Amino acid sequence: MAQDLRYTKEHEWVRVEGDLATVGITDYAAQQLGDIVFVELPEIGRRLTQFGTVGVIESVKAVSDLFAPISGEVVESNSELAGSPELVNGDPFGKGWMLRVRIADRSQLDALLDQAAYEELTREA
Amino acid sequence: MAYGPHTPEDRSAMLEAIGVASVDELFADIPAALRASALKLPPPESEAELAGRLHHLAGRNRVDLVSFLGAGAYRHYVPAVVDQLLLRGEFYTAYTPYQPEISQGTLQTIYEYQSMMGELTGMDVVSASHYDGATATAEGALMTCRATRRERVLVSRGVHPHYRQTLCTYFAGADFVADEIPLLAEGPASGTTDLAALERMLADPERPVAGVVVANPSFLGLLEPMAKVADLAHAAGALFVAVVEPVSLAVLASPATYGADIACGEGQPLGIPLAYGGPYLGILACREPLVRQIPGRLVGMTTDVDGKRAFVMTLRAREQDIRREKASSNICTNQALCALAASIYLGAIGPHGLRDVAALGAARAVELERALAEAGAPRVHRGPYLNEFAVRVPDAPEVHRRLLARGVLAGLALAAVEPDDPSLADALLVCATEVTTPDEIEVFAWTLRDEIERGRQLSLPSLGEGAR
Repeated sequence: MAQDLRYTKEHEWVRVEGDLATVGITDYAAQQLGDIVFVELPEIGRRLTQFGTVGVIESVKAVSDLFAPISGEVVESNSELAGSPELVNGDPFGKGWMLRVRIADRSQLDALLDQAAYEELTREA
Repeated sequence: MAYGPHTPEDRSAMLEAIGVASVDELFADIPAALRASALKLPPPESEAELAGRLHHLAGRNRVDLVSFLGAGAYRHYVPAVVDQLLLRGEFYTAYTPYQPEISQGTLQTIYEYQSMMGELTGMDVVSASHYDGATATAEGALMTCRATRRERVLVSRGVHPHYRQTLCTYFAGADFVADEIPLLAEGPASGTTDLAALERMLADPERPVAGVVVANPSFLGLLEPMAKVADLAHAAGALFVAVVEPVSLAVLASPATYGADIACGEGQPLGIPLAYGGPYLGILACREPLVRQIPGRLVGMTTDVDGKRAFVMTLRAREQDIRREKASSNICTNQALCALAASIYLGAIGPHGLRDVAALGAARAVELERALAEAGAPRVHRGPYLNEFAVRVPDAPEVHRRLLARGVLAGLALAAVEPDDPSLADALLVCATEVTTPDEIEVFAWTLRDEIERGRQLSLPSLGEGAR
């Protein structure tokens, strides 16, 4: 896992670049879900609330909600995932990115897990 | 795998394994007052006695009527091949497979059904079927709310009143609203959906519309301006749900050609008997972009690990056995046997046969219109119809009752289902299909003329009064 990320308890990762946050799910989550076949993402302009449900990740065996790690406005979503949802399994931190959000409140990042805390979480599971 | 029932030995072994003394003990949680008690049934009868009793009961059914009833379920000739194939054990008693890919044959029949409905409706995606036309329409309306994230649906009063009621029942659980689009009261297009009213209803900025639902032919038998409805709906960001009758699709424009996003309807006319109201067949279809919103099962075709063609239940995550409260519907089955009947029927008569069925029915309907007009019952509306229309008869409910006593089922007295519409108080909704014969039309017209005349005589002031 990359070191400059923050994580939610629901296995989303966040990479902050300026006032934008890139969001995806971790390799741990992707592995648990199995082959991902469909990702439903919120539309551009939608306002997200931290920890609210914003989308759906569908695999062959299960359907999982996607939670917003941070409040803000959706400025971009990964259109590659429509045709190639397997990118989430193959490259969850890179080409499998899901959303880009304009951060509404930076202090919310403090509520997220850091690298060590997330590793602890997945170790316990 | 043995398919016999459990033996007493099986039962004891299971009870012992879970440490319970008897099966009754498993129901100990249920208060004694609520537990089932012995049923009060008459003593058992032999098969011969029971068959006699049922035969006697069946004798009370009226199967002798000369029928002109349509209104959502239609008389058609069902070729013998349909029943013969349906009776096969593999089809007749087989339950919905929960490891579906084991039953390749079953999946293939559903796939064929979906394919044929796809051809008829012109739509990209067809579900494995729903309970009936009413629930399919309700599901179609719910799809528009999910897809647009809006909460209001407009339903034409030209849609079958039972379908509208069912839609309201489905909506009552969710926070959605269904508003009715009125029909035109006057003019050459009277009885059809009021497009000006629809446009006004779509224009409310406070209450954006998710979907518009219109039937073609309508409940009153009239052809509706579907392409115009599609344009109006789409201009307002709403989806268009077309309620269609499958036999009519052989001669009328298909929902795909006039811009419908979702098509739904009743499949009973395709090889399924009237059977006093069911079981019937709900058809539901949509365009490709809505594939994740369509409820129910979808059967797909793919290849197995050896590269051979195989059928699968696809897009399962839409369904509630995987997605529970976020599923698109509670339906977890389909009308497999009825869908199979429809497929066999369509396969047996083919596209040309279906066109003949529709065209013959339409021709008979024209004869019926003429005969009834001459008998004193002209059409209520003026617009084009296919094989069903409303006629005006003074004191229609009473005339209907008297005709029934004389062996003629004179369609449907519209006052019964549309009590709020005064223009339909004295109307009968009548229908002709390819099985309607000229003799039957003559009997209907003659008997109707007689009853209308009798009604006129009864309403004249008596000679005694007039002379005073």
